Amino acid sequence: MPGIGTVYRWELFKLRYQKRTYLGLGASVIVPILFVVAIHLHHQHGRGDFAFSDYLDRSGLAVPLVILLFGAVWLFPLITALVAGDIFASEDHNGTLKTILTRSLERWQLFVGKALAASTYAVAAILLCGTVAVVAGSIQSGFNSLQSLSGTVVSAPKALELVYVSLIVYLIPIAAIVCIGLLLSAVTRNSAAAVVGTLMVSLLIQLLGILPGLGGLAPYLLSTQFNAWQGLLRTPIDWTPIVRAIWVCALYGAPSLGAAFLVFLRRDVAGG
Amino acid sequence: MTDGPAGRADGASATGPAAADPPPVQVRGLVKRYGELTAVAGVDLTVRTGDVYGYLGPNGAGKTTSLRMMLGLIRPTEGSVRLFGRDPMHGVRALEGVAGFVEAPTFYPYLSARRNLELLAAYDGGDAGDRIDGALQTVELSDRQRDRVGGFSHGMRQRLGIAAALLRAPRLLLLDEPATGLDPAGMRDMRLLIRRLAGQGMTVLLSSHLLNEVEDVCNRVAIVRAGRIVYEGEIAALKRGAGARYRLQTTDDDRALAVCGAQPGVSDVSVDHGRISFVADEAAVAELSQALIESGALITAMAPQTVTLEDLFFSFTEGDGVPAAAAEPRTAPEAAI
Ligand SMILES: Nc1ncnc2c1ncn2[C@@H]1O[C@H](COP(=O)(O)OP(=O)(O)O)[C@@H](O)[C@H]1O
Ligand SMILES: [Mg+2]
Repeated sequence: MPGIGTVYRWELFKLRYQKRTYLGLGASVIVPILFVVAIHLHHQHGRGDFAFSDYLDRSGLAVPLVILLFGAVWLFPLITALVAGDIFASEDHNGTLKTILTRSLERWQLFVGKALAASTYAVAAILLCGTVAVVAGSIQSGFNSLQSLSGTVVSAPKALELVYVSLIVYLIPIAAIVCIGLLLSAVTRNSAAAVVGTLMVSLLIQLLGILPGLGGLAPYLLSTQFNAWQGLLRTPIDWTPIVRAIWVCALYGAPSLGAAFLVFLRRDVAGG
Repeated sequence: MTDGPAGRADGASATGPAAADPPPVQVRGLVKRYGELTAVAGVDLTVRTGDVYGYLGPNGAGKTTSLRMMLGLIRPTEGSVRLFGRDPMHGVRALEGVAGFVEAPTFYPYLSARRNLELLAAYDGGDAGDRIDGALQTVELSDRQRDRVGGFSHGMRQRLGIAAALLRAPRLLLLDEPATGLDPAGMRDMRLLIRRLAGQGMTVLLSSHLLNEVEDVCNRVAIVRAGRIVYEGEIAALKRGAGARYRLQTTDDDRALAVCGAQPGVSDVSVDHGRISFVADEAAVAELSQALIESGALITAMAPQTVTLEDLFFSFTEGDGVPAAAAEPRTAPEAAI
């Protein structure tokens, strides 16, 4: 019997034939490489006052962490939205909803399969970006130990482990972005609107955090959750921001996902 | 027009299973409103097993909207659709044994024809995948199966749409204007294909805005205008019910016109190109000729005209719904009596 797995596999297969997939994955590869090239070309001390800035020249393992820091502004939300925002809208664009809705799969199965495929893509993009950053960074600055945010020295293998756990923690807010992208994709039925809309939502939430007087909101903004991984790089590990990221992101993601589900299940397929 | 269940005894007791079997399509009081606009305004129709059923109407009549509701793509505002007794709003299980498309069939343009069919077969489950080769052969697309659908012509997509439907081994095919936009050869091939599929035992409902396109394929038709059914029944009955139109020349046309107008059984009297034209059956014509002679207007020529289904269709879809009222029959070879 066809089921969610059928949809999931075919959605991943279809992604292989779409430019935007390679745009997103390409960015995940090229951004860390460009970043490392920039470090190589501009040797200097005291690059700034952001986390791990001093370590960029001393350990390649600082590279993925710095990219996570800056990618939160728009890079990773954009890469995520590129596919999540398109996954329903592309069916509208091609007029293919009526084609797949008149087979033997229920709408909810199509929805779940597509949502899983969009999530898989986001996970792949982040892990790919992190891995390229580790490799390129290590080639440039060596596979060396790192200083944690608490000032303790973390051995290289331990730091590598922390980089990957950080990537996984980073996936928590990314999952919320996926949900927002899915909602806008289902509602706008237009890929460009959904991608740009998702990015706008993400940027506007960040803007809220820097408005004077709204500082108290910061812990509950989606943008703040992109920094939750930093708790891992303290000794001892500070789980508070990570736990908060889980429920705050659920508050953003679950309603979006639920609304997307209802919109997709109830909509009239009158076009195409 | 017919509100009875499919098994009703009306002489057309052709083939058909036990009367208890739910009909392939049963539509009752179907309404779809888009805001102010009523796209479908209370459609009733029944497609019986073995029918090749023509759903006819001009552009904008509500054919596609009706078919979308039959396929469960849009929610009816009112009324019900039953496919083999199942409600398509209750999920795709109602589409078991049902396949088809509305408007132009669509596919993923970046995948090949075969990949598209593989995807759809996977979504169908069962042994749909085993039917891909056969379906491609049936629609004569085997040699293009590796090409991306993005490069396909309208006609090729239309055929691929049929192939996609065949993967489901349907007992009921719902086709929305399958021949529209095809060149004459494509239209003929499509007609032949549909007839062949019907010959294999499929029940078919196809919509069209051209009657002559379906006239020789369908056994039953519904004519829809502005979202309403204005005729439903056998094509043969439609033709019979039309009555025959005659043209008349006499020695005194003014007097003859008055006689025609007053004669029972003679209807729709008009003057066209200086000749009298009316609709009547044979008995009424015999009486009319008697009356004309008595009035002193002697007949110099009276010729029956063939009313084509096309004329009827126009009268249903453009006129006030009374057959032959607005129709200008095509001229048949004149035959003086
Ligand atoms: N999604 C929609 N929104 C608003 N109006 C629609 C929609 N779909 C169809 N209509 C209107 O409904 C009427 C019937 O359309 P349609 O069912 O496509 O007719 P047909 O297929 O017989 O040409 C038309 O007036 C059309 O403009
Ligand atoms: Mg139409």
